Parts: sequence; C-alpha cells; structure tokens
Amino acid sequence: MRGTGSSGFPYLLKGVISLTKKARSISAKQKRAGWLFLLVASVMIFIFSFYPMISALFMSLKTGSAANMKWADPVTFNYSRMFQDKTFMKSVGNTFLYLIIQVPIMLILAILLAQLLNNKDLKFKGFFRTCVFLPCAISLVSYALIFRSLFATQGLVNMIPTNLHLIDENINWLGQTGTARFVIIFALVWRWTGYNMVFFLAGLQNIEYSVYEAAKIDGATGWKTFWYITVPLLRPVIIMTFIMSINGTLQLFDESVNLTNGGPANTTITMSHYIYNNAFGVGVANFGYASAMSFFVLILVAILAAINLKVGDTRD
Amino acid sequence: MTEKKNRSVVQRRLIPSYIFLALFSLFSVFPLFWMVTAATNNTVDVARGKIWFGTEAAVNFKNLLAAAVAQGSGATLGSFMGNSFLYATAQTILCVFICSLAGYGFELYHDKGKDTLFAILLMAMMIPGVATMIPLFGMMSKLHFLNKVWGFILPAVSTPFMIMMFRQNSRNFPVDILEAARIDGLSEFAIFFYMYMPVMKATYAAAAVITFMNAWNAYLWPRVVLTDSSAQTMPILIANMSNGYTVDYGMLMMGVLFCSVPTMVIFFILQKQFAEGITGAVK
Repeated sequence: MRGTGSSGFPYLLKGVISLTKKARSISAKQKRAGWLFLLVASVMIFIFSFYPMISALFMSLKTGSAANMKWADPVTFNYSRMFQDKTFMKSVGNTFLYLIIQVPIMLILAILLAQLLNNKDLKFKGFFRTCVFLPCAISLVSYALIFRSLFATQGLVNMIPTNLHLIDENINWLGQTGTARFVIIFALVWRWTGYNMVFFLAGLQNIEYSVYEAAKIDGATGWKTFWYITVPLLRPVIIMTFIMSINGTLQLFDESVNLTNGGPANTTITMSHYIYNNAFGVGVANFGYASAMSFFVLILVAILAAINLKVGDTRD
Repeated sequence: MTEKKNRSVVQRRLIPSYIFLALFSLFSVFPLFWMVTAATNNTVDVARGKIWFGTEAAVNFKNLLAAAVAQGSGATLGSFMGNSFLYATAQTILCVFICSLAGYGFELYHDKGKDTLFAILLMAMMIPGVATMIPLFGMMSKLHFLNKVWGFILPAVSTPFMIMMFRQNSRNFPVDILEAARIDGLSEFAIFFYMYMPVMKATYAAAAVITFMNAWNAYLWPRVVLTDSSAQTMPILIANMSNGYTVDYGMLMMGVLFCSVPTMVIFFILQKQFAEGITGAVK
C-alpha cells in the first residue's frame, strides 16, 4: 500500500498542499463522480421497476384487449370484478394457506438445524450443512417437476406402500385438494429450509460463544439457552427471513404451474399463476384485469412487510 | 484420561443431533439422487418405484434430443442450453458491473441526497414480478426485444438487492487506499477500476454466483418475454416437456438433470460464495 508507510511522507505533503489549494474544486468534482457512479443503476430501476409499476396502475383502470384499451366504466371496474371473482379469491386463500402453514414450519426447522450445526463439538458439520443446503442448487421448475414425478399416481411415493401391501389402491396425490396442497407445502419446505438456515447460521456465528458459556455456568439447559438466548439474539434475522418468506410466498408461481398446474379445480392455484393466466394464457390478453390483481398483490406485500417491521421494531 | 471421557460424554449427548441431521440430510438429498437415477431408467421402471441406476440413459438422452426438436422453430437441446448460458452470463457480467458501480457510489460518496435516493430504490425490492411483467412485456415488444437477450436481461440487470450487497461490502474497502490514490492523481473512475475492483474480488465472486444462479433458474419473466422456442431456456423446455397426457419420466428427469448440472457444479465448487451471495446484503 503506497503512501501509508514512512516513504509515504512526500505523498502526504503533496496531498496537503493540493488539498488546501483546490479543496473546493476536488470535492465538487468528486460529488459529480459520485452521482455518475450510481446513475446507470438508478435510472434502470426507475425505468424497469417504478415506471412499469405506475403504468400497471393506469392499466388496471382500463379494459379491452392488449391493442386497444379504453378507460373502464366505472374506472374501478376491474377492482370490483376482482372481489367477485371466485377463482381469484380462491387463489388468495390458497396463497395464505401456504403462508400460514409452510412459513412457520420452514423457519422453525431452519433455526433448529442452524442451532444444531453451530455446536462446536459436532463432527461432519460441513457434510450436513452441504446436504441441507443442496436443494438450493436446482431451479424451482426442476424441483417442482421432481416432486410431481415422485408424487405421481404411478410414482415412487405410491409404490413403496403398495409394494409393502399397506395400501390397496394408489393415492392420487395431485388429484385431490388436501393431498395436492400437502405436496406443495412439503415441496416448499424441502426447497427453502436450507436457504433460510444459511441466514440463521450466519446470525448465530455473530453471537459470542462466551454468552453460551455463561449460560451454561448459570445452569441453563439446551432448550432454555435456545429460547432465552438464541431466539432473542436472532430476532432481526428471524424478522428478515419472515419478510422474505412472505414476499416469496405471495409471489409463488413456478410450483403452482409445474407441480399441480393449479389443480384440481383451481384449489392449489396461486395469485401469480392466476394473474399470468389472465394476461398471457391461451387466447386471453386481459391486461387490465391482470394488472388490477397484480396491484392487489403489491399492496399485500407492502402491508405485510410494514406489519413485520413494526412488530420487529424493538425501539419503543 | 478425564478429558477423553468428557469428550465421549459430549459426543453421546449429541447422538439425537446426529440422528436428526442425518435424517434431514437424507430428506434433502434423496429427491436429487432419485432424479439422477430416474434419468437412467425407462418410464416403466421409474413408475415401478426403482430407485437405483439403470441402463436407459442413452435412450432417455436420445428422446430428450427429439423432445427439444419437437418444440419447433428449429430449437434443439443445444439451443436451449446455449440460450441459458448466454442469457445468464450476459446478465451476470452487466448486473455485477452496474450494481458494483452504484454500491460504491452510494457508500463512498454518500451524502443526504444519495441516501434519500438509496432509500427510494430499496422500495423497488417489494414490487412483485407479476406487477411489472405486463407493462414490461409491452415495453420490450415496442423495443423489438422479445426473444432477444436484451429482453431477458434488461429488467434484471439493476437490482436493489445487488446494489445493497455492494454497498454493505464497500464498508470494508479501506478509505486509506482511496485517499492515497487521489493524492497520486488517479481519477475517480480509475480508482474504481484499479483499486476497488481488485480489492473486492470476494464480493464480486459472491455476487456473480448468485446472479448467475438466479438468471439460469428464472422462469416467469422468460416465459413472458421468450415466445419463440428457438430463443427459450432450459427451465421452459423441461416445463413444456411435462405437459402431456403421458409423460416419459425417464426422459423428463434427463431434462431436469441437464437443467440442474450447471448450477449444481457451481454449488459444489463455489458453495461458500453462494452462501455469501444469499446473505450478502444483510451483514
């Protein structure tokens, strides 16, 4: 590192002189350079995120096919239609069902796994961590298709109990509402537990080991340390993973399309899937209506994130 | 002697942990293991519940080649894989470059105005993909970017997540270097290229891994913007292959395997960078 050691003195001197001489112009130049650095990225976010968001809002007040859209009469037509649309309401219900059941199971498993892996006496740590993390290595479409094949009527999950003569008839996992929803939740837990575990592991590594040693001396047992030390200290990480999971669940698409195709009878369809079908499905281009529903999703995401941040804010 | 005894007591207490971790590891790995073995069996054996390797890999591969050609428009397995590589690589290079410039600018030149802008940009993180896909589709179609690499990558090149990741990591960039370089007469941009980029290699690696993975695995937006088979990517191919009354599971899993091998290789070689990329923005 040039200019920091003893030989750096001439540089320092030169610097002081030049600083006093043109401090003003340099700082103005630097300020301009600073703006230039972030210009491209900022402009792109405005063009490809904020602008489309606002044009989606305008589009949601219009009806007609893609080429010639007119203002809706009344302008809130798409929104009132949305709340009377049984399939859309079903998709909202499905999404919330996944949210309420899957997210807590996944996060509890993730914290538990991270806690077990953070034990300094544990052997084969790297091996276990790699295994649990491995599902993140494949795409959402890939794992949806794997689970769809595993749970097919003529699939592995049916074959094991059949071969053992435990069941007489194959279960149509993906053809019944309850079991199809179960498969989606099961698959989501499989894919995302390791992902969240990584956050908790990183969070746990920031907790000083001496905290645990002190707790041990005070006679705290494993569960007590977990509830009274680990969970409170991980609070910020828990809230963040919670927000991310809510955000992700509200936007579920790949699984609904490729695992169950929304069926049977739209009982597993997600909001994004239904919106996509309305905008780009075969023979429809209902952009106005799809935009209205997408704005509903946007508002849901914002509300839930705000609630979470409020709950998570410990500064009273 | 007593220490040895202590250690064995500790290990005995950990037995439930080992059992739980082993079971969860099995649960995590098995579907992927099954995917690989199913790719080597014919569909009848897969349906019978065979979970070990078979001898049908070559047949499944041949069927996969045929299924790719059957998508029409002159598409081949090579074109699907090639497109995936092209789009993911282009997106990675541009995204990492543009977002690192911005993260650097936001952290090292920060003032009130820039901090306000940063807070506004972060809000874009909450905009769901479905809320922007319809206007973006219109935009790309007007620009004639449908079925083009630009149509695929432009909306994903600048992301608040990546900017934040580079901003957070720029805190570790020693200000001494910056000041010394300025005194040496280096321009602000020269400092970025010759000082910042080499020092931040680790952050670039993590950012590149996570961007490549995301681009390779993308599905919703590519499905909207890539309407022609010859421009489509691997996830779209395998999703299309599974739409039919009779699904050849051996062939389908061979397709899933092809779609997964590149990201799995990256995962095994660069697992540390991948984990850092996921958690990168929240240090």
